[in-house]
Amino acid sequence: MTTSSTSPRPDSLRPGARERGGLLVEGVTLTLGDGDATVTALDDVHLDVASGEFVAIVGPSGSGKSSLLAVAGALTTPDTGRVLLDGVDISRASAREKARHRRDRIGFVFQSGNLIPALTALDQLRFALDVAGRRAGDGHDPRELLDRVGMGHRAGHRPHQLSGGERQRVGIARALVTRPAVLLVDEPTAALDRARSDDIVTLLAHETHESGVATIMVTHDHEVLGHCDRVLSMVDGRLSE
Amino acid sequence: MFLAWRELVFARARFGLMGGVVALIAILVVLLSGLSSGLVNDGVSGLQRLPVTAFAFAEGTKTDSAFSRSTVNVNQAEAWKGRDDVGDAAPFGNMLVNAKATTAAGTQVPIDLALFGVDPGSFLAPAVSDGAGLGDPDGIVVSKTVLDEGVGIGDTVVIDRLGTRLKVVGTTGDQRTFGHVDVAYLPLRTWQQVRAGAGPGDEVRDGAYEEATAIALRARDGDRIDLSGGDAAAGTTGMTLKESFSASPGYSAETSTLTLIQVFLYAISALVVGTFFTVWTIQRKHELAVIRAMGASTGYLMRDTMIQATVILTVSTAVGFLLGVGGGTLLTTTPMPFALEAAPLVLAALLLVGLGLAGAVAAVGRIVRVDPLAALGGQR
Repeated sequence: MTTSSTSPRPDSLRPGARERGGLLVEGVTLTLGDGDATVTALDDVHLDVASGEFVAIVGPSGSGKSSLLAVAGALTTPDTGRVLLDGVDISRASAREKARHRRDRIGFVFQSGNLIPALTALDQLRFALDVAGRRAGDGHDPRELLDRVGMGHRAGHRPHQLSGGERQRVGIARALVTRPAVLLVDEPTAALDRARSDDIVTLLAHETHESGVATIMVTHDHEVLGHCDRVLSMVDGRLSE
Repeated sequence: MFLAWRELVFARARFGLMGGVVALIAILVVLLSGLSSGLVNDGVSGLQRLPVTAFAFAEGTKTDSAFSRSTVNVNQAEAWKGRDDVGDAAPFGNMLVNAKATTAAGTQVPIDLALFGVDPGSFLAPAVSDGAGLGDPDGIVVSKTVLDEGVGIGDTVVIDRLGTRLKVVGTTGDQRTFGHVDVAYLPLRTWQQVRAGAGPGDEVRDGAYEEATAIALRARDGDRIDLSGGDAAAGTTGMTLKESFSASPGYSAETSTLTLIQVFLYAISALVVGTFFTVWTIQRKHELAVIRAMGASTGYLMRDTMIQATVILTVSTAVGFLLGVGGGTLLTTTPMPFALEAAPLVLAALLLVGLGLAGAVAAVGRIVRVDPLAALGGQR
């Protein structure tokens, strides 16, 4: 039944990465729905992503990609299995503890950025720090990070004043500003053209390697996979190389 | 606070619209509060300013008609005076009459008067701010509102039909009205003659000089009067001063109507605020899911929304009250019974903000049910 697997650990890509932690998904199963409408979204999934590694997961709609992100991101609790974040099992944590893990150790990049309409680009990053209970300057410099993703000149602009690509850049910066251990990226190029898609994934790869975050990107876009360290495929809740 | 303030600025049109509705309600609340206070003043200020703890009416008297139906014997005051918890007791007469005042200029001013018959030597005798006190059999001390109608000290007042001539000798200097009618104090004996329907030169029927409307009671300092015990001894029906307000014509109907309207306004305000924040929360459901996915706690989000509600309610209530007080100040110069009093206004403002916050609390409860999973597209 189980066909999930992990690729060989890419220690050659990120020397010492394993020591800095990362994400380990062990034998995770997740069923959705009730009664006759039960669907197995994740079927005994194993996944190991080292710090500084950029892993892409591809697969058709409904294959379980986003469910994997939800489990890895402490948004939902798996039926069986464990999710270890830097060695800490977060899969059985309470809702309050999961929220704490999310704000302290997990960064999300959503489709279309999903920025807060009322906030400027710079405030999006400051808000993420506020949610995490951290201050700018305490090793977290929102302005410097905006500059790094090429959005420093748009710091005072709100989401509706930004293009799709710009929104995604801000979204990436927002996810990284709290310096998470894991970055979970949900269809980042869904609303972008080819050139912009390439820019965004290049940026994600660069930031993953620069900041040493363990990144999982779920995507339909096969054109951008060349930037990833590993590509895994998901079909009917099963993960394979 | 980080997000709350920025959203208030960003969505200022939406919040402004809601705040505008609350401000309009606040204006209405101020006007109704002023009208309510004005009607209370017009209805029972004459009673409120009596140094009285309670009244003892004739046995079996009903509250809603006590002052017009009750007749007691002045000697019943003695039974009350002998009680330990009663500091003083005196007969009190109350009746409404139509009259005409003739001013110094010779013009006639038709006036209605609530005649308060009191013994000039009793604790019920009014203090005067201008002119002389009670003493002369035909001398009356009037409410300031009588002078506002053009009647002056020294003018003569003639009671319709009886022809009894009274002379304005002094004024209390403040508003004293009963059932929207201006109060005139007069000696109890003169009041008894008027009550008996005896005009100048008429013979007063037997027993008239032993009658009064009620026995006015004043408690000893710091004491409360045991009304049931006193009633049993004196053969009366006692009511506290506040209970006796309901015996003022129209008082209960007016105050209960205005109270009902005010209660509805508070409920509408809470509903408006609750509905706004419900819609606001529903509109932001995906945004809230994203924020929760970022790790924000329920408390963090609820605190933000409650800050927004507090700011909007406080600012809009303050603006509404300022406008209401401004408009109300103009109304105090008109004949409309309207009075702006600090205590009811402060209470109304606190209720408006408090109930609005309660409405917001009910609405933000939805935040608890926002699933952070929806940030990924709500596939679960």
